[in-house]
Amino acid sequence: MIQLRLTDKTPLSPRITRFRFQHPDGAPLPVFSGGAHVMVEMQDGDILRRNAYSLISDPQDGSGYEIAVQREDQGRGGSRFMHEQAQPGMLMRLGQPVNLFGLNLTARKHLLIAGGVGITPFLGQIPELDRLGADYELRYCVRSRDEVAVDLPGAQLHVSDEGSRMDLDGVLGAQPIGTHLYVCGSARMIAAVLDRATALGWPPDALHSEEFLAPAPGEPFDVHCARSHKTLTVGAHQSMLEALEAAGIDAPWLCRGGACGQCETDVLACDGQIDHRDHWLHDDERNRKIMPCVSRFRGQLLTIDR
Amino acid sequence: MTSAHSIASSPRYAPLEPRACSAALMIADDAGMAAIDALIGQNPELGRKATILRIGATAPPDTLPAALDGALSQARMGLQVWLAGSQGLIARAQALLLAAGLPKGAIQSEHRGTAARRMQCVHCKTLAEGVTTDPYTCPGCGRALFVRDHFSARLGAFQGVCIDAETPGDIPEPQELRL
Amino acid sequence: MTITFNKESFRGDYSYHNSATAIRRFPFPFDRDEYMYSVNMEPHKGGRPGSVFEARFDVDEHYVAEMEDRAITLSRDPMRCQSLPHMTLAGWDVLELIMTSKAQDYPDLFELHRDGNRWRWVNRPLGIDDTFTFLDETTLPYGPMEYITRQTQGDFAVLDQREGNLWMDAGMVTSQADWSLDFDIGMNFFEWHAPVPRAAEMGIFQRALKFLLNIQQDTPARRLNWTMTVNPRLDTSPETYPEWGPEKRSLTPENLGQKQYLRVELQSFWRLPRSNGLLFPIRCYLISLQDLVTVPKWGRRFHRVIRDLPEDLATYKGFIVNRPMIVDYLSRFDDGAPTSPGIWPD
Repeated sequence: MIQLRLTDKTPLSPRITRFRFQHPDGAPLPVFSGGAHVMVEMQDGDILRRNAYSLISDPQDGSGYEIAVQREDQGRGGSRFMHEQAQPGMLMRLGQPVNLFGLNLTARKHLLIAGGVGITPFLGQIPELDRLGADYELRYCVRSRDEVAVDLPGAQLHVSDEGSRMDLDGVLGAQPIGTHLYVCGSARMIAAVLDRATALGWPPDALHSEEFLAPAPGEPFDVHCARSHKTLTVGAHQSMLEALEAAGIDAPWLCRGGACGQCETDVLACDGQIDHRDHWLHDDERNRKIMPCVSRFRGQLLTIDR
Repeated sequence: MTSAHSIASSPRYAPLEPRACSAALMIADDAGMAAIDALIGQNPELGRKATILRIGATAPPDTLPAALDGALSQARMGLQVWLAGSQGLIARAQALLLAAGLPKGAIQSEHRGTAARRMQCVHCKTLAEGVTTDPYTCPGCGRALFVRDHFSARLGAFQGVCIDAETPGDIPEPQELRL
Repeated sequence: MTITFNKESFRGDYSYHNSATAIRRFPFPFDRDEYMYSVNMEPHKGGRPGSVFEARFDVDEHYVAEMEDRAITLSRDPMRCQSLPHMTLAGWDVLELIMTSKAQDYPDLFELHRDGNRWRWVNRPLGIDDTFTFLDETTLPYGPMEYITRQTQGDFAVLDQREGNLWMDAGMVTSQADWSLDFDIGMNFFEWHAPVPRAAEMGIFQRALKFLLNIQQDTPARRLNWTMTVNPRLDTSPETYPEWGPEKRSLTPENLGQKQYLRVELQSFWRLPRSNGLLFPIRCYLISLQDLVTVPKWGRRFHRVIRDLPEDLATYKGFIVNRPMIVDYLSRFDDGAPTSPGIWPD
């Protein structure tokens, strides 16, 4: 983690605000690749929050990092903290850039489909595609015009309440051989686009999506950490990873969203049902492993190797 | 004796299966046509939209690149490809399709016919079609080459390595390759 | 730090040699008296002063001679260095990483001056002083990866990360343990490792891949690997096997200590920031058995490792025919005394 200063906070739309971070001494920050995200740490009262946000600034520009945060009033509180409490001048801790949604540079063409705030990872990729001289097509889908966060001259804007909804089959059917598809947006939108592409014959290796899972709340449950000899209760609005950290038990992590695999943990005993919510484990691993960043448990007792 | 499927780089040949697609391309040699027929038997609709390239006596293997160019010129994503026949035909067709940008996930293949392999000599890089014995004699440099299971999808060939490098002249009797 | 560079060869008269310092800092790869595959990764963040782990890209007394040997190999076979078209950005990543690391770690040998994208690179040992435009290939005599790896010891595989896998899509490979970049280029992690016995069934590659996919910009990692080579030869490629194969049968009990070499690879793994690729340098260190046994602990331990190595591993590592003779030689340096844990000399 590096400590950076929040230097600018600019509203982009009624719900989306851009934040810029710079090194307190003006030192350059590590460059990154388009589609990368950073983990932002927020000290919200006595709760330590860590949320992942896509980097929207030019990946080659180390002068600062920019993210865009959509306010989610029903969320766990991270976006509310950023909108209400984060103010220019504040020092905040950010992780190193990590990319789980990189461009496939072997593609002959890149078809980028964004839904709402799902435009953010593409904002880092566009300068990269422009520099490479790569062929790309960007479809930016919003419900209403006031959701538009950025004006992108190269994008085709689809506003559903103005009747300019994207003709998905038409777009998918018109792509040359070697096109890769990237979609980022709501879980529903991602599923709809991927299902349609698969039905039209797109192979899985040409399909890419990114959805950050916020750890969804659930019933409290107990977990026994065999190596640390501790039994913890995971609260309703807490993830198991957060409960481990609060108890001083170290678990590695990167994305905290069920995608990177870093916090994968062995299950030693399970008297009950694991509620797997990650995108990482294979089906044949689900009876012996758990991703504590997003997954939960219902039952008597879960024993893990931590 | 050597056989395919034994290591992670060897090609995997599952029986052909119907798959959702916007366009279908099927490439087969004489032995492979039975697999194509079985595929279409499972899904006659697929047969109706398929373009079938049959490589054989009337369309020899060196016509494959031109035939594929034609078949791909108007193609769009949504194309699925089915390959059936000799290892050499599958390997060459797959290498050409990958080079054209088609993702590997859009290609299925089923091996039918002989155990002959397409080989690349690691020393002089000569490609040999239809190799049926191990060791075989490289048509480029004349060395006796051991037939490895290591396979390059990009080249569409298995690797041949000098069998008597350490003990020149000590070449075992060639054995027929088996499936 | 002053390094005197050896005048030596890795072919022909094989005048390669290790100084007393080089022997002492040799990365002996066995931390116990037996060997089995393992992922054995550790962070690559420095190490004992003077050891091969100290700098990010170790430069030693063999530097100039190794670069001369690489140039000979490339002039005979340019395909030892290849980069698929989508890997150019990763090549710039490699150049940037190596230049900034070497200029910081060896300021008396290398200098990097940056003015925006206008860069000046000074390599004193090789007499290079070039000015070029970062990210503009036309301003360098070679592609960026080839340019910098012609000036850096070790082989380099540059891996593209996609589909939850790593793809060997570029590399500079002139000192390899019998594998062909020209054949393996474009393969994924499981495909290029396919010829390695046992490891797949042990699940080693699955675990290693998960580890590698998660390597981040600030967490480079390293491991040691090893094999055996007759004569101090860097170019043991499959392409030139007919040239060096016969040498494997030239060992006698009398010349073995001098001609049989332990070959250790210091492998490291680096996230490349601009391309999200992974750099996999494979740095080769060679030591003759007669030099190795001058460290008593190493002589004892190496005897036990080689004697007890499973048959298929000895075959894969290419010394099965010579094993009895090697064990016989090493046994003279093993008095049966216990050895201390860890790789370092006592």
